[in-house]
Amino acid sequence: MSTLVYINSNDGLAKNALEAVTYGKKLGGDVNVVTTGGADEATLASLGEYGAGKVMVDRSVTSNDPGQIANVVKAAAEATGATTVIFSHDFIAKAAAPRVSVKLKAGLVSGAIDVPEGNKVKVNVFSGKAFGYVEVNTDTKIISLLPNSFQPEAGGSACGVEEFNGNAGEAAIKVIETKKPEGDIPLPEAELVVSAGRGLKGPENWGMIEELASELGAATACSRPVADIGWRPHHEHVGQTGVAIRPNLYIAAGISGAIQHLAGVNGSKVIVVVNTDAEAPFFKAADYGIVGDAFEVIPRLTEAVKNFKAAN
Amino acid sequence: MKILVCISKSPDTTSKIAFTDGDTKFDENGVQYIVNPYDEWYALVRALELKEAGGGTVSIITVGTAADDAIIRKALAIGADEAVRIDAEPTDAYFTAMQIAEYAKSNGFDLVLTGKETINYNGSQVGGMIAEGMEVPFISLASKLEVNGSSATADVEIVGGVQTVEFGLPAVISAAKGMAEQRIPNMRGIMAARTKPLNVVAPADVSALTSFTSYAMPPAKSECKMIDPENMDELVELLHNEAKVI
Ligand SMILES: Cc1cc2nc3c(=O)[nH]c(=O)nc-3n(C[C@H](O)[C@H](O)[C@H](O)COP(=O)(O)OP(=O)(O)OC[C@H]3O[C@@H](n4cnc5c(N)ncnc54)[C@H](O)[C@@H]3O)c2cc1C
Repeated sequence: MSTLVYINSNDGLAKNALEAVTYGKKLGGDVNVVTTGGADEATLASLGEYGAGKVMVDRSVTSNDPGQIANVVKAAAEATGATTVIFSHDFIAKAAAPRVSVKLKAGLVSGAIDVPEGNKVKVNVFSGKAFGYVEVNTDTKIISLLPNSFQPEAGGSACGVEEFNGNAGEAAIKVIETKKPEGDIPLPEAELVVSAGRGLKGPENWGMIEELASELGAATACSRPVADIGWRPHHEHVGQTGVAIRPNLYIAAGISGAIQHLAGVNGSKVIVVVNTDAEAPFFKAADYGIVGDAFEVIPRLTEAVKNFKAAN
Repeated sequence: MKILVCISKSPDTTSKIAFTDGDTKFDENGVQYIVNPYDEWYALVRALELKEAGGGTVSIITVGTAADDAIIRKALAIGADEAVRIDAEPTDAYFTAMQIAEYAKSNGFDLVLTGKETINYNGSQVGGMIAEGMEVPFISLASKLEVNGSSATADVEIVGGVQTVEFGLPAVISAAKGMAEQRIPNMRGIMAARTKPLNVVAPADVSALTSFTSYAMPPAKSECKMIDPENMDELVELLHNEAKVI
């Protein structure tokens, strides 16, 4: 059995890349990593600590062009005789993995949350309201692992790094401009998330949410109406028709907990709900509940986190 | 310009999710189907806007059985010119995408739009597979789309930000929030939808690569622990020592 893990190393090694390599190791057998991007050799060699036997790097691909990435992954899968190809289910995998599936005629399982049992892989379905088991009917399978489903496990030692020519071809997509707001923690991969809803009354009241988030090192999120009326940017909208997340901690203030909102967040390991209404449906999905006014509770919580950090 | 919009059905977002036949099938009992929100709100509406601004046609396509005609009419009511139904059970993403790619290739579309995912299977697979089948660029998770002659630009999601990209047509684009504003169908649209052409096409010979074999519900949540709103130190202590998340 041979596993190939694709990771993107344009911006160094992200946590979800380490998760994917760790997952590859859990499958047993050889683990080869193929990457596109600019990370230096020592950085790539460190993937050996997470279970990679070898890293193959194609430095000719410098953008996120899914066509080029798919060509490189196909070439690497053929070169290593891979029976399983792993992606982390991020925006690159969503673009490139389906192309690889067609190229290799190999079944693709998106959003895996566990290691396969035989040919079956567990995934989230109905936006996190249920699980499904997908059977792959082809000899080679492609698994796109949901971020934050497995934690990186280091233990091994550095591995070899080889330059690899994956015949990427020309980029079909030209990048004109990249906008990355400074200091923001990207939501899909965040481990801690502080979120707020219409109960906050207006965009001017988000300062306390941002303060709590920055004290915790958390990303910020919101309910759909809040994004729709423009209080917060669209990319913060979580739920069935927004981003689906599964952080370790989700703190929700002034959000009622409508079924469509819960769908996107109920994969969170721990949920804290702050709501003035003791009957708010969100309490049924929560681990810790506070019946109270967010305008008082959130600043108090921020203070408590500050004190905790000072003491520990 | 010829635009093809891929439409999928999904259960209404308030549907009770349950399974039958030994947890091997989704229980459709009492379930209302809607047009998948990403397909309707963003992909279809943006296609209509592009047509309104620059002319051309908008066709919608679905892979499904006659039972799906009601969903197709719902989408037509929002305003496409015609609909195509590939007459087959959409067994997996690969099967579905290969059907649509075949149709799109032989009918010369400039732009194929999909939603970024369905809200039932959340796979984000069909768009990329269609693009590979057509051998054209795939622009994934686009929140903005502008067409200028034979090329186009889009804003796409990347880790922690957005990127503006340029590409040639034909291309396949998956639409995310921000691309357009939801439109509510009016009475005239609903009436007109009844008589718009709905072409039923025989499927191409393709085998599925995957299948769902069973389903399970997540374990029930344990009781919610209530905390005194005055005592946030206790919450922090519990998050640290009991839940171990901070
Ligand atoms: C097809 C469809 C898809 C949808 N998709 C999504 C989705 O993806 N994500 C999503 O979030 N929604 C989605 N919705 C909308 C969803 O049904 C709810 O309307 C929405 O989640 C409600 O947002 P909210 O909780 O912020 O606002 P509200 O429902 O207005 O709730 C506000 C809450 O704040 C509480 N509150 C008020 N003042 C305070 C205070 N001072 N302190 C503490 N609490 C206070 C109130 O008690 C109330 O519970 C969807 C709806 C449909 C029909």
